[in-house]
Formats: sequence, structure tokens, C-alpha cells
Amino acid sequence: MSIWYAICDFLPLEMLSWTFMRNALLAILLMAPLFGMLSTMIVTGRMSFFSDALGHSAFTGIAIGAICGASAPIGVAVLFSIVFALLFSFVRSRSNQAADTIIGVFSSTAVALGIFIATLGGSSFTKYNKYLIGDILSITPGEIGILALTLLAVVIFWILFSNRLTLANIHPALASSRGMHVALTQTLFTTAIAVVVTITISSVGLLILNSLLVLPAASSRNVAKNLRQYHLFSVLFALFSGLAGLTVSYYLGTSAGAAISLCLALIFAVTFIFRKGRS
Amino acid sequence: MRKLKHGDSCDSSCCLKIQNLAVTIGSDRILRDVNLHIHCGQMVALIGPNGAGKSTLIKAILGQREYDGLITFSAPGMRHRKMPRIGYVPQSPSFDPGDPVTVADLFGCCQSKRPAFLGLSRDMREKCMECLERVHGEDLIDKRVGTLSGGELQRVLLALALEPLPNILILDEPLSGVDVEGQTGLMDMLDEIRKRFDLSILMTTHDFGMLHQYADKVVLIDRAVLKKGTPEEVLKSDEFRRIFHRRGGNV
Repeated sequence: MSIWYAICDFLPLEMLSWTFMRNALLAILLMAPLFGMLSTMIVTGRMSFFSDALGHSAFTGIAIGAICGASAPIGVAVLFSIVFALLFSFVRSRSNQAADTIIGVFSSTAVALGIFIATLGGSSFTKYNKYLIGDILSITPGEIGILALTLLAVVIFWILFSNRLTLANIHPALASSRGMHVALTQTLFTTAIAVVVTITISSVGLLILNSLLVLPAASSRNVAKNLRQYHLFSVLFALFSGLAGLTVSYYLGTSAGAAISLCLALIFAVTFIFRKGRS
Repeated sequence: MRKLKHGDSCDSSCCLKIQNLAVTIGSDRILRDVNLHIHCGQMVALIGPNGAGKSTLIKAILGQREYDGLITFSAPGMRHRKMPRIGYVPQSPSFDPGDPVTVADLFGCCQSKRPAFLGLSRDMREKCMECLERVHGEDLIDKRVGTLSGGELQRVLLALALEPLPNILILDEPLSGVDVEGQTGLMDMLDEIRKRFDLSILMTTHDFGMLHQYADKVVLIDRAVLKKGTPEEVLKSDEFRRIFHRRGGNV
């Protein structure tokens, strides 16, 4: 962290004189590529509703962690999200109902369970508000370390599995006919989303987390012509929105997560208009 | 069982042999008593009404569905029987027009270990071009897969199925969604490919008009093999008339 702080000392920005802003900036530089990459596959695989449900399950996991008295509720939450994601995949493969119906069932159950546990014995819900709105300014160096490790793990996963994942998402029948384990690949990806969603929920907040998982790729699709551009634009849009959103929130005193989401929405609007003009 | 003109013996050439194949899902018997030999260089058409078990048979051959019975592959000089290399072109493949995935990306995803989102290496792009040349589709390389016409997409998937070169090429309804001109072009290309590479082609189809000109053997199934033989023999058989006239099929 000291190296990062030294770099910040060189940057002539007033807002970087605060340690919490330096931490937040580093967190955003790590989160942006993470969301940018995952976003491409979530949108291609039509999983945006599912990633939203995973956010809800992460919240439930945190509530369970807190009630169990676990020192780090995030660890319990990651575990719960993974179990939730695997259980969902299992039920979906065994049911003949539409995927969005099954997601609806799981998502609402998770939220209900989370609120039920959080308010058990007349407890106040207020202490959970930070998971709903999120506060990137209070991120600790330890959490940034976890974020960096997660980014590394996802990059490795991406190098090894992105080809298979792309094919499994755009044409499952073609993928399995080429000997790929479609279900296994998708389960691994689901697990990756579950982990990322859970560890970023306290920074970004459950209510807007999904916008980061959907908007970068949704905007990128408006302008990208191939897979390379798709990934590149998605990561760049996430990065730009992260930096712009953090700056805006600093000067206007708003939630950083919300400002980032609004920047992403703006980018979507601009790329959409550009796309219209092109066609 | 009556003898076929082309012979049913698997001694002289390489051959995919299906013996007493049966597929049961739950208590429902989808297929039973399927006995079939497909020789190298042969084009075999699988016909039958909807729900006859054509796709199930293909899935069994691809190893995607459990079955009873034996599916073996043999070739002269081959010591041990092993499963053949199968190229597969799936049924009515539709891609989302919004997906920013080009034909080159699709090849990269299928045939390269290098992540396709980094772009294709020069070698891979050349290989992709060579594969597309086999189906006269070099100009498609940078097009998005979602924007290809039915015929173009079939050609791309065919190019993909031909690398690495398979022993058997299986196509599920390749002619559906392709205009009449495209259908003839596609069948001519398949004919050229099987001669050039001496591979077997097994395809399901509802377009019986093409069979006389292109198929060596036609197999009529409806949960079991009802009739097999030359196009002439099958299309004029009582079994064929019974199945398709009764159902008001497009004969």
C-alpha cells in the first residue's frame, strides 16, 4: 500500500490527499477490470437477472454470518453464495420451468431469509444498510488485498476458460458436440460471479451492484465489432465510469456506487445513439 | 434384412457400425433395434416424421445420450476398434445478432487455446482462412456470426466441423432455413467434400427432392428403422407412403 500512497503523492489531485480516497481509487482500479470482464459473459449468457439474484443471496449470507457471530461475515457470505449458485444450477437443470421463474423463486427466498435473519429477535436492520447502498470510501487495505487476489484469480480463469465459456454461452449444442463440459464451465463461471458479487457488496451495495455487472458489456455491445473490442470497451467503460463516478461523488458528496452506475448509464445512452447513427 | 446395393459388409472399407441400438428415456422407448452401417465416402440421409428419433440417434452417436447396444468404428489396418472422429453441424443454429462474435472469433474459441478475446494469432487466422476456403467462405471471416444468412452459417459451421478432419460428418437438418439456391449449393459442396476427403456424411432432412441426386443410402426411421436402401427403394416403398401420406407430409 505504501507504494500506492507514494504514487498518489505525485498526482496533483486535491481529492487524493485523503487516505480513504486513495484506497477507494485503488479499489476502483481493481474492480473495473473485474466487472468489465465478468460483464461480457453475463450479458452474452443472458444471466443479468441471475447475477442480481446472487447479490441478494450474498446479502443473506452476510446476515447468516453476522448471526453466527462469525468474525468475518464475508467468508460465510462467499460460502453461502456459492452454495446458493450451485443449488440454483441444480434445480434449473432438474426443472422444466423457465430459468427466470427459477431465479425469481431463489432471489425472493434469499431476500426474505436475509431480512428474516437480520431482524430476528427484534434486531434493528440499520446496520445492514451499508450492504444495500454500499460505501467504497470505507474500504480497508485488507479488503483491497482480497480484491487484488480475486482479480488475479478471475484473470487466470479467463485465460483458461473464456473460449469455452463464450462457446457455451453463444451455442451450447455446438459446445457440447465439441466435447466441452458446458454445465461444468457454466458452474465455474457462476461460482466466480458469486465470489465477486459477495466481496464487493459492502463497497458497491446490493441495490446498484448489478448495474456494474450488466452495463459495461451492454454498452460495449453497442459499438464492438468482435470479441476483442467487446472485452476492451467493456473494461474501459467500467474503468472510465469508476474514475468519473468517484470524482463526481467526491465533489457532490453523493454515494460513489450510484455515481459510477449513472456514468455507466450515460455511456450506454451515448453508445446506443452512436450505434443508431451507424446503422 | 434385405441386402443393400452398396453392401452392408464392413470388411473392405472404414465403417461406422450401429448394432441393436435402443434409447429409453424414463419409460418411453424412443428408439429400438437400430442396425446401421455407414461406410466411408457414403452419404446417408436419415428421414422420418417429427419425433421419430432422428435427433436422438444422432445424439447417441455423438455420445451425448445413453443407449443400449453397440456403436463401433473400424477401418482396414486398424487394430483396435475405437470411436471415430466426428464432425457435427447442429440443427438450425441461431446466434444472437447482438453478440459481437465474428467467424474468426468462433474459430478461435473452438480451435485455439489462446483466449479469443485477445484476438487471433497470425497462424490461427491463416488456419481459419484455410478452413473457410474448403467451403468457399473466405469472405465471411470478419462477419459477425449473428448476421450470417442461413446458408452462410451452415458453411461456417461446416468449415468448423471439418477441422480437424473427421471420419464422419453429421449434419442435423442442414437444409432448413436455407433458400432453394443455397440448398443446391450446400449439397454440391457436401458432395465435393465427401469425395475429396473420403469421409462419411450422415444427415437428417425433410427435403426429399435432394435425395435422388445426392444420397447413396436413405434410412427411414420412426422409433425403429422401417426401411433402408437406395433413395429409389425407400421413397417408393410402402413404409414411406404409409408414414408420410398418413401424416400429410411434404412428399
